[in-house]
Parts: sequence; structure tokens; C-alpha cells
Amino acid sequence: MINVNNIKKQFPFFENQPDLVYLDSTATSLKPQIVIDKIREYYEKYSANVFRGIYPMSEIATAEFEETREVVLRFINANKPEEVIFTRNTTESINLLAYSLGRKIIEEGDEIVTTIMEHHSNFVPWQVLAGETGATFKIVDINDEGHLKINWNEVITKKTKILTLTFVSNVLGTINPIKQIITEAKRINPEIIIIVDAAQAVPHLKIDIKDLGADFIVFSSHKMLGPTGVGVLWGKEKILKKMYPFMYGGDMIDEVYIDRSTYKEPPHKFEAGTPAIGEIIAFKEAIKYLEKIGMENTRNHEKKITDYVIKRLIDTFGQAIKIYGPKNSQDRGGIVSFTFDKYHPHDIAQILADEGICVRAGHHCAMPLHTRLKVPATVRASFYLYNDENDVEKLIKGLKKVKQILL
Amino acid sequence: MNIYQDLILDHYHHPHNKGKIDKPSESVKVNNPLCGDKIEMTVNFEKNKVKEIKFEGEGCVISTASASMLTDFAKNKTKEELKKLDSKFIIKLLGIDLGMTRIKCAVLPLEALHKLI
Repeated sequence: MINVNNIKKQFPFFENQPDLVYLDSTATSLKPQIVIDKIREYYEKYSANVFRGIYPMSEIATAEFEETREVVLRFINANKPEEVIFTRNTTESINLLAYSLGRKIIEEGDEIVTTIMEHHSNFVPWQVLAGETGATFKIVDINDEGHLKINWNEVITKKTKILTLTFVSNVLGTINPIKQIITEAKRINPEIIIIVDAAQAVPHLKIDIKDLGADFIVFSSHKMLGPTGVGVLWGKEKILKKMYPFMYGGDMIDEVYIDRSTYKEPPHKFEAGTPAIGEIIAFKEAIKYLEKIGMENTRNHEKKITDYVIKRLIDTFGQAIKIYGPKNSQDRGGIVSFTFDKYHPHDIAQILADEGICVRAGHHCAMPLHTRLKVPATVRASFYLYNDENDVEKLIKGLKKVKQILL
Repeated sequence: MNIYQDLILDHYHHPHNKGKIDKPSESVKVNNPLCGDKIEMTVNFEKNKVKEIKFEGEGCVISTASASMLTDFAKNKTKEELKKLDSKFIIKLLGIDLGMTRIKCAVLPLEALHKLI
């Protein structure tokens, strides 16, 4: 069980903004004090660059930095530090793959498969790659409930080189049956490389890399209570070794001559330049915090609150509210996107903002999905371990105000 | 400051110059893919002046109110006068404080008007 009142006390945001209701954790989560303290600790006590200095301060920074890699491994049940690469965010992790892997293996006539429910960051890099190489870009559709509609015999063929898809939709909240999908795709084509965008999954669900069977998993620190500027790319070492480097420069070099250069092995091969050291060091505090709460507890709490918000929206506004995505919280994360009567999502979000409620309005970087849903925009309320029923009630009250103002 | 003031809401609920001119001198469609606002604007010029102007489309309160007020303003103005209008003018016309995001909704009708002249 999660005690939201206790949790709120550990997030300084709530003390500084006592009147705000934060329902936009899908965009970015709030940060607990221990994460903020850890960033300060780095900048105040051992603010040196990593992998360079021989002096003790640099060694402390390097040890703290590398410890985060170990904590990430433990959190997703992986075991090789060579397989965890730090990037800036999920978007960069995917772009790295499209560049360093995609341009290595994709040829004319190959197929790249993704889905209609992707965030632009897991859609556009592949669309561009397909365009450049002459590969076929295939899109898996959804059904009316917001579940993927996979016609296996058509979707995955021997020509499919990459299947890249989201674990949890950032709009519909749909939790895709990733393990099942991976098993089936690899049964049809054992050579296929599968990339999972887990940006909305790792912060909310227990992830077990060994069990899942994916080749790559990407996610961001800032959506899971950690600092901004830190992304993770986990990938199988044997594929990482074959890939092109992504960026060239400091830290990733082995030797440089006038006519050629050699590169370090993964993960450093993909970590050019000074990283976000303080932020990466502090990221492990966010993971440890989540471990202490327990991912199962987090998930159960979000399920409870998702059921509650859906019920309250429908009970209060009936047909005027249209909720997108699975109705059953078993298949959905704490993300509830909706439209309300004839009101424009921007007006709804604006009036809610005036009432101190932070939600997102727009296409949430998922324009192909909104086109598929035949709405230009939706309002999205998203929930995390620091939200409770009171927040839902304030949202309901805010929506009543929308109705009152816009008639 | 609350942007949903009576004057704005009145223009939203009862927009002026709503509709389509039958045989317009010029017509244009603009849209903002970010929020799905769409405006079709039609105009009749008499010499260099706007004689009649109408708009149609779907949009939020701000873009609808802005279109309603801007089309009111544009009547009997010369093309040269209308060319000079900018986003600052729209903010003044609406009389509300708009954040960075919503200013795009407010200037969409102006974008349509500028394409007509």
C-alpha cells in the first residue's frame, strides 16, 4: 500500500506549490528531495569530470557515475554494465539506434515495422531511415479499444529487420503484451531486432529484461523521478559491438592517428563527450526510491486511481466525456486521455490551469495516433505514486467549471 | 489574469461574421496542426478596401473570438492598413494576457487575413 501523504512530503514541489494539482507525470515526473540533494552533493563536493582525473575527486565522481549503471542494471534485471548506455533522453536513445544500427543493417527492400500509437520519437526516425534507404515502413494499426491489431502473417516477414514499438502508449495508456509480441515476432523471424520504447513503462511497471527477450530497451530518467538530461539505452552487447558509433569525440576514442581512429568498446563507444554527470549520479537515487516503494505497489496504486478517475469522469459527465484507450485498468497505465463535449482541449486545459490543475492538451507528440482516432487533440491527465483521489476530485471540480464557463 | 472574460466568451458563443461569402474576391484556408484549429476566410474587396469579410471553421475560444473581433475590425480598412497588423495588435484587440502557447491560437485568423490581402 502506498501512503500518498507521506510520499508528498518527500517532494518539495508540493510544499512550494501547495495549491497545484500535478497531473502531467507522463510529460515529466516530479522529483523527490533525495534526488535534488544528490545533484547538489556532486556540484558541491566532488564536481570533477569522469574517466579523466587521477586525483581522488575525479575518482569519486567516476565511482558514483558507474554505480548508477549498476543500479540501472539491477532495476531492469540485466547484468552486463557494457549493455547500459547513457544518453540525454529516450528520443536520443532511439535516434542513436536509427543511426548507428539502422544505417548499418537496413537495405533497400527491407522492412521496418512500428505501430500507429508511437510517440513521434519512435516514429519519425524510422520513417526517415526507410525513406533514405528504400526500406518499407510498416505500421501496425489499433482496434477501437486501443489495443494493437496485429495480423502476424502480414506484419512480420523474413524481410523485417527491425520491429520497434512502445510498451505503454503515452496517449491511450495501453500496456502492450510486449513479451507475447516479442515471442511471436521472433518465432516468425528469428533474425529480427526488437526495440522497446519503455519511456512510459519503466517508471510504472516492474521490468525484467531477461524475461522480456527484447534486443533494445530505451527510457528516460526524468519520467521516473530522476533528473532531466539522462536517458538509457539498454542493448545486447553483440549487436552494440557491430553498430556504428553515434557521435565522435571525447571519451569514446581508443586511438587517433592522422589517417584513422579506433573506438572504445560499449558502453563508452556510444558516450561521446562529457555526460550529464551530476544528473546521472543522482538518477540512481530515483531508482532506489522506486525500489524502496516497490514497483508492484506503484502499479497497484496507479491501477486503483485509474479505475477511480475513469469511473468518476463517466459518473459525473456521462456521454459528454469520451475516454480513449482500454477501459480495464489491467491493460492500461495511469494515463487517461479524453475529449469533453464540444470544448476544445486547449480551452479545457487552460481553464483547469486557472484552477491550479496541470494537465496536457494537444496531440502529445502522437499525431498519427490522433489522426487515426479522428480528433486533432485530446486532454491528458496522468497519475503517479504521489497522486490520490483528492487530485481526481479537483479534476472533476475543474471540469465542472469548464462547463460552467464555456456553457 | 483569466482569459475567459465576458467579452471573449460572448464572441465565442456568438461569433460575428460567421459564414461564407458566396462569390468572394478571395478565399483562404489556414490551420494549426498542433491543436486542430481550422479557419476558412472569405473576403470581398471594393477597390482597395474590405467590403465584406466572413470566417468559418472549428477552433478554441481564443481563435474563434480573435476571428470574430478581427473580421469586425477589418471592415472598411484598406489592404495597406491590414498588412501592418501584427501579434501585438491582436493581443490589444482581445484585451487579454496570452501565454506563449495560446498566442498561436489568437494569431491564426490574422494569418488567414494576411493571406487574403
